Amino acid sequence: MKVKVEFSGGLELLFDKATRLTVDVDEKTTIKDLIAYLKQNHLKEKPELFMSGDSVRPGILVLVNDVDWELLDGADYKVEPNDNVVFISTLHGG
Amino acid sequence: MNGKSCVRCGNKAQLKRPKTGELICKECFFVVFETEVHETITSSNLFSRGERVAIAASGGKDSTVLAHIMKVLNDRHDYGLELFLLSIDEGITGYRDDSLESVKRNKEEYQLPLEIVSYEQLYGWTMDAIVAQIGMKNNCTFCGVFRRQALDRGCELLKVDKMVTGHNADDVAETVLMNVLRGDIARLQRCVAIVTHDESGGYIPRAKPFKYTYEKEIVMYAYFKKLDYFSTECIYSPNAYRGFARELIKDLERVRPQCIVDIIRSAETFQFDTVNIRKQVISRCEKCAYISSQKICRACVFLEGLNSGKAKLSVFESEGKTQKSKARRVEEEEKVERSKVSILNADW
Ligand SMILES: [Zn+2]
Ligand SMILES: [Zn+2]
Repeated sequence: MKVKVEFSGGLELLFDKATRLTVDVDEKTTIKDLIAYLKQNHLKEKPELFMSGDSVRPGILVLVNDVDWELLDGADYKVEPNDNVVFISTLHGG
Repeated sequence: MNGKSCVRCGNKAQLKRPKTGELICKECFFVVFETEVHETITSSNLFSRGERVAIAASGGKDSTVLAHIMKVLNDRHDYGLELFLLSIDEGITGYRDDSLESVKRNKEEYQLPLEIVSYEQLYGWTMDAIVAQIGMKNNCTFCGVFRRQALDRGCELLKVDKMVTGHNADDVAETVLMNVLRGDIARLQRCVAIVTHDESGGYIPRAKPFKYTYEKEIVMYAYFKKLDYFSTECIYSPNAYRGFARELIKDLERVRPQCIVDIIRSAETFQFDTVNIRKQVISRCEKCAYISSQKICRACVFLEGLNSGKAKLSVFESEGKTQKSKARRVEEEEKVERSKVSILNADW
């Protein structure tokens, strides 16, 4: 199934300046799986600035269809076809 | 996706507030975010009617949201303030020139006058030129000292009564922790003040309207409002903004988000043993008249070194050249180390 992914707040710099991607993932893919997939297939540099353990590093916000992932199941949320998953870094200078 | 409801209006919730854990929709979030900043401003009496206020604008997320909110609240609640954007151009190609473009867009959007003060015009040196001469090692120290003074010069040019900076709750909590870890009691006491100024009136008071505002909410606000900000790191200090204290705070926040505001509240309620806090004697720099605890301010010491082509020596070794006891020298070196860290934090 196709899922849309967006990067902002400086995270796009780790993904070859890509702000938007469409990825094709299996059914029952969780955000955690998606993070691993993005690291595997799209992350270009400094994985430690994107990931911590098997999730995103603290300070990166995640929204699914404009809803804070903390309202969903966080990293265990199962993505659905055409979901729009946004990763925003809060860690870049203000 | 299952829908949880907003605690205020019952519509679909979109965000969990870190400070309170409340689930809230986008529209209600805008209301509470703006209301809380307004309450911080009014309860701390940050401004008086008729004042001229500079917004320190770097083009980054915090200052972009700050410019937006200052404009909105000034209009909505009729504060009667005259607002200005103040930016510093350090002269860093590929970094500051891009972020200044974002400030210029803010200027257009909010119809605020913009003053840009450059290191080149003030000091005769861009950061690019400084780095070309001294290398990457101590450039952040130079930059921090120069920026602090450049902001004050900008305030003088604009004839403002106050300056507001985008420091948020996460920044303040981080500074509290750093000062605790260093045992820097004087700074610990000062860093939680919502307005900082020196008694002699040497520089323009600086206020932090976002003192209690979480970074997460600032970024969410910018995202939902589609505010245009710039988010690239300085090319000369990759990751310098993220010290171990920041790392610790972000880890703690994930477990218990309230910790950020609790750290600030703790520091606010500490009782300080004022007898043991050595008050710095503030006077004026003999060369440039900027406030300084030394005869010559640090910016002038740096400049002298740069201009004579001996920057590295002048900054980090000149103090040791005169005949001082070794202990004294070590103490001074420590002071330099400490101030280096604090300068990183003093950035907006
Ligand atoms: Zn609502
Ligand atoms: Zn001076």
